[in-house]
Amino acid sequence: MTAFAEPLVLPERRGPAGRLSDFFWKHPHLLLTVLLAPPLLWLGVVYLGALFALLLQSFFSIDDFSGLINYEFTLATYRQLLSEANLDIILRTVLMAATVTVASAVIAFPIAYYAARYAQGKWKVLFYLGVMLPLWSSYLVKIYAWKLILAKEGILTWIFEKLHLLWLLDAWLALPVVGGNSLSVSYTGTFIVFVYVWLPFMILPIQAALERVPGNLIEASSDLGGTPAQTFRHVLFPLALPGIVAGSIFTFSLTLGDYIIPQIVGSSRLFIGQAVYAQQGTAGNIPLAAAFTVVPIVIMGAYLFMAKRMGAFDAL
Amino acid sequence: MTTAVLFDNVSRHFGAVRAVDGVNLEIAEGEFFAMLGPSGSGKTTCLRLMAGFEQPTGGHIEIFGETAEGVPPYRRSVNTVFQDYALFPHLSILDNVAYGLMVKGVGREERRKAAEDALAMVKLPGYGTRRPGQLSGGQRQRVALARALVNKPKVLLLDEPLGALDLKLREQMQEELKSLQKSLGITFVFVTHDQGEALSMADRIAVFNDGRIQQLGRPEDVYKQPKTRFVADFVGSSNVLPQKLCQRLGLKSPSASLRPEAISISTPWDGALSLSGTVSAHSFLGAVNRVVVDVDGARVAVASPAALTVPALGSPVTISFAADELHPMEDA
Repeated sequence: MTAFAEPLVLPERRGPAGRLSDFFWKHPHLLLTVLLAPPLLWLGVVYLGALFALLLQSFFSIDDFSGLINYEFTLATYRQLLSEANLDIILRTVLMAATVTVASAVIAFPIAYYAARYAQGKWKVLFYLGVMLPLWSSYLVKIYAWKLILAKEGILTWIFEKLHLLWLLDAWLALPVVGGNSLSVSYTGTFIVFVYVWLPFMILPIQAALERVPGNLIEASSDLGGTPAQTFRHVLFPLALPGIVAGSIFTFSLTLGDYIIPQIVGSSRLFIGQAVYAQQGTAGNIPLAAAFTVVPIVIMGAYLFMAKRMGAFDAL
Repeated sequence: MTTAVLFDNVSRHFGAVRAVDGVNLEIAEGEFFAMLGPSGSGKTTCLRLMAGFEQPTGGHIEIFGETAEGVPPYRRSVNTVFQDYALFPHLSILDNVAYGLMVKGVGREERRKAAEDALAMVKLPGYGTRRPGQLSGGQRQRVALARALVNKPKVLLLDEPLGALDLKLREQMQEELKSLQKSLGITFVFVTHDQGEALSMADRIAVFNDGRIQQLGRPEDVYKQPKTRFVADFVGSSNVLPQKLCQRLGLKSPSASLRPEAISISTPWDGALSLSGTVSAHSFLGAVNRVVVDVDGARVAVASPAALTVPALGSPVTISFAADELHPMEDA
């Protein structure tokens, strides 16, 4: 052994940072705890706790005469929730959320497919920019812009007029339920704006799912005699399904809870979000507002349960 | 003899890259045909042209006498075993194997039976309910084989099917593939970069380089009589004698190949050719000693039986070989 040989064990690091490194190396679980505690506290106490408190409110009732909350456990608020007018609101919102989700998936799939399979280099950058850019601008500005676009004096009517297709627009607006005086005060208008605003939340998960599908699976299907339609049905779609479900969770739940879009663009009939807003703000009926917020949670729970039962997550 | 696959001056260019450049070949029905070459030599592109994943930019392809250009993969009775197997991860093994029958509209019971028979053929009976992720690499390889063969293809294409297996499994699969091909009588087209695999399995070999076929022939011929320097280097370990040595030995060709096993360190016998040089290196390889002899700057490797004594480094020696062991080559 020479006098200049390095010792086998190096001396301990100096300074508090060095000691901290050594300490955490010896106690790896402690590091995990330190890193996870703040977010878990936030999620567990602040977020879930608040949600729980809200749910609790739905089992209280309001004194119709004094307007004060009666803190006794009761199902009266839920009985009120299931009244015809309120069921109307729920049905309207769920139908809108479902059509918005299906339309988003149908529009998003080809875009996501192109981005995952073909786009490369600067085209990929352009894709991300195109999808994300609308998310950078203010939500309210976008919706008011759409109100102008869809208005009777708006650019859309003008385009239809120049294309001599005004009769088509008028025919559509003459339809019951989806029609109205103009697009900006019809369910069709609400639907268009919802799809526009939530589309990025559908495109990105589908694109991520498709990106993970190896190209040779598509070749293998074709090689085994699968036509493009069969390859889509038996290989591509099942493998993209987790992405579609993930995207639909966004579009479905965001539509269920939104109260701004239907207020600005659409008929004056209420959606769940607006009902919550009205009940807890104007009417001061916090128990009913809380009961309304339970609806999307229950619907999403049932939706995920069904998606799992149908094997939507098997390819994960 | 029916021609299974015919390539008539076929090219596949990707922009300026000539992946396949004027390839002619004719594969007979029932033949075990290997396409051998380094990566990027065009062998896999040729396979993809047969499968229909690529379309030629020039030339003409026929499969069993029918024009293949413009025919999509799903309308060719050709099936592929992919390099990394490409099993469908969301389907059971049985559904994977039955996939080809399912898309062709074969009934559920019939295709289940056919798939189980195919699994038994590749020695995986009873594995049908598992998922691809639960199988080992060797087992997945067999499933891929069963999935292709269940369709009774006229030509089976195999893209480096043994590349991902370890040595022992690879040797076992080589034998199994060979006997499977014999018993089924299906034309096998096999892509590999492993010359040992190609030599031991194939009826004929096409050696690829730079998008062209360098040599096409039986394994013995390709090994013993390489036509170009590339084939001599890539297949086996032949010596390439430069032009000045060829001239000395009475050949007009720009170079010639000479296998190390054909040379002995001795004075020439009747009708034999000889060269003289000095021993520049030797190493013990078990059954033989590899002795490198420097002949006027050209290094000639000799495989000398281990029983013979090895001449000392730097000592002058005479090497001799039968005249018909020297094969002229086309390039320098």
